[in-house]
Amino acid sequence: MTAHDPSSHSLQLTSSGQLKHFLTLDGLERALLTDILDTADSFIEVGERTIKKVPLLRGKTVVNLFFESSTRTRSTFELAAKRLSADVLNLDISTSATSKGESLSDTLLNLEAMASDMFVVRHSQSGAPHFIAESVTPGVAIINAGDGRHAHPTQAMLDMLTIRQHKGGFEGLKVAIVGDILHSRVARSQIRALNALGAEEVRVIAPGTLLPRDVESLGCTVEYDMIRGMRDLDVVIMLRLQKERMEGALLPSEREFYRLYGLSQDKLALARPDCLVMHPGPINRGVEIESAVADGPQSVILNQVTNGIAVRMAVMSMAMSGQVSERTQAVGEQG
Amino acid sequence: MSEQQTTVRIIHGRLLDAEHDGSVTASLLLQGGHIAAIGAEAELGDVDRVIDASGCLVSPGFIDLNCNLREPGNGQKGNIASETLAAARGGFSTVCASPATSPVNDSSAVTNLISDVAETQSPIRVLPLGAATRGLEGELLSDMAGLSRAGCVALSNAGAQMRNSRILRRCMAYARTFDLTLMLAPVNQALAADGYAHDGLVTSRLGLLGIPEVAETTAVMELLLLAEETGVRLHLNQLSCGRSVAMVADAQKRGVAVTADVAMHQLLFTEDALAGFDSRFHVRPPLRTEADRQGLLAGVRDGVIGAIVSQHQPHDSAAKQAPLGATEPGLSTVESVLSMGLELVNDGELSLQQLVSSLTYGPAGVLGETSALRVGQRADLCIFDPDASWQADDSSLVSIGKHAPVRHCPLKGVVRHTLCAGNEAWGPGGD
Repeated sequence: MTAHDPSSHSLQLTSSGQLKHFLTLDGLERALLTDILDTADSFIEVGERTIKKVPLLRGKTVVNLFFESSTRTRSTFELAAKRLSADVLNLDISTSATSKGESLSDTLLNLEAMASDMFVVRHSQSGAPHFIAESVTPGVAIINAGDGRHAHPTQAMLDMLTIRQHKGGFEGLKVAIVGDILHSRVARSQIRALNALGAEEVRVIAPGTLLPRDVESLGCTVEYDMIRGMRDLDVVIMLRLQKERMEGALLPSEREFYRLYGLSQDKLALARPDCLVMHPGPINRGVEIESAVADGPQSVILNQVTNGIAVRMAVMSMAMSGQVSERTQAVGEQG
Repeated sequence: MSEQQTTVRIIHGRLLDAEHDGSVTASLLLQGGHIAAIGAEAELGDVDRVIDASGCLVSPGFIDLNCNLREPGNGQKGNIASETLAAARGGFSTVCASPATSPVNDSSAVTNLISDVAETQSPIRVLPLGAATRGLEGELLSDMAGLSRAGCVALSNAGAQMRNSRILRRCMAYARTFDLTLMLAPVNQALAADGYAHDGLVTSRLGLLGIPEVAETTAVMELLLLAEETGVRLHLNQLSCGRSVAMVADAQKRGVAVTADVAMHQLLFTEDALAGFDSRFHVRPPLRTEADRQGLLAGVRDGVIGAIVSQHQPHDSAAKQAPLGATEPGLSTVESVLSMGLELVNDGELSLQQLVSSLTYGPAGVLGETSALRVGQRADLCIFDPDASWQADDSSLVSIGKHAPVRHCPLKGVVRHTLCAGNEAWGPGGD
């Protein structure tokens, strides 16, 4: 007997395979991911104009619904929405409704009454955007801006855009993700994206305490030893290490972590000479990465920020157009 | 409640219990709340009522060792009247009421309250379970002897772990003094931590907080060793791991007085049920792997796991209306247990007799009772049509909890009558 499973696939795609929510990269095919990257590429040019606007979301209201604070992600979403000519409302829920005891469902009902067209959601619970996508009125698009440990699909896509810009594509690439994989929504989305886009190998490098169970099932190989793990790499992605990881007996000290898993110039020298250095930020210098590496010639950390706006514009405009075409189709079927 | 039927004759039903495999059609005569005759003898004489069980199986009433009625204290989730009627609809004539109420059933006053309400509002027999420790906090012993005198049939810690092994050992030694059964769900809370899903493929992919298998198996091992040493009669609630079954089987072979149960949903579903973040399947212990499910089924077939329970946990809708990790655990199952079980029979995973034995004979044994279609037994019966179908949805479910494991698809198996001591608890002549 199988449970009723409104899979991510049917939840975030229209019947004709268009994006209507952007919740996770699970279940999205290579063609769609490539489409997102191509659309993002076309928006990069918008950022270079004097008037940085296109009218794709004119008259639409986008609500940034952040249940967890984040300055960078929220401001790039805000900029992306504004460049698409949408009206933007920023709600920092962590300090308002829920602290007054209002349930998430009630908060949503109130926001829907404001006739919003899109919610950009960040939440500490894995699956919160799925829950919202299942409970909102049809026609409202949900964009996942990071949920718990589950997914951060726009971050992963902007990383993919950065890789594609520098490497031209994904075929034959060996990519390592280093650090706290267990708690990382970014890593989960990156592993999925790299697999879907055809990277040759995704390698995770971490101590056993920072790896999820059966991590290989996500589509990666595991290396405990970073010295060995750096061999033949085309891209190395460093993850942020939260300070609280020392408290739960996951790690002994920042010092030991940096010595074993921090990206120093010595370790980087073990990778291919043109190996890209990436980090979703904000970076902890001297914990995950040596300053000289972060600021060095192989680092593309700042490109990642610029690409963030373009990818978010792409995803928002695609999801909105998916919603519109689904609604048009529904009206057509009724008529 | 229906009025007392002094004599009832059930005709044309096929008998099903540990000794009857459902192939023989025979009449039953009920008198004074007991089975007075079976077969040709039961067809003689006048009766007050005749129940035509054509097309139906007649089995002893089901016995649930683990049911949450939510009263006292959680009226928005359920109450004794609503949840016992739901249980009667599910074919249960007896339910053991979890002590996890508010206040906790750790005193004879609460036990008496539950019994008094059940007396007037429940169509079926309600057997209270006492809390093994005060407030279920796992620190101080409850008045076990007093609870037993007030009517508690066993002591349970309702899924909460004892503070440490020393308290657990003393709890067992004290329960042993009065020959009381201790019902404990094996969980090593330090390993389970904040988890809410099986630590495996699905949690890794979806970034859910996992409860590893060892959170159960290390606890099973400790409980078995301490039970063996103290000599307490131990009943393990809600096993979820195949490896736990092997450990229990081994202890039973050594002569340790240990029995075990499994929740019906553990026999049907796996971790995959959470793949779409479906908060209904947030249950504790979590749904585990297909290998675990197979291990649990084998345990039921071999009799290592003697009882299947509903682990009914009704909730108000708000408790499940949130992202998965923020919801409350538990399914509303008591009305669907039979249909889920028949699905297993249909798939060849259990025989009809194994299913019904695990819902009657097995749990009765844990309570020190017998359950069979025999002359002299209490007339607690379930009469069900295995081929009729029904659909679980908000309007059809009797329970206040609408989060049934299977909704909106036709389910096989409709209970036509549940009789408790000869009285109709569920059926056209009952409520």
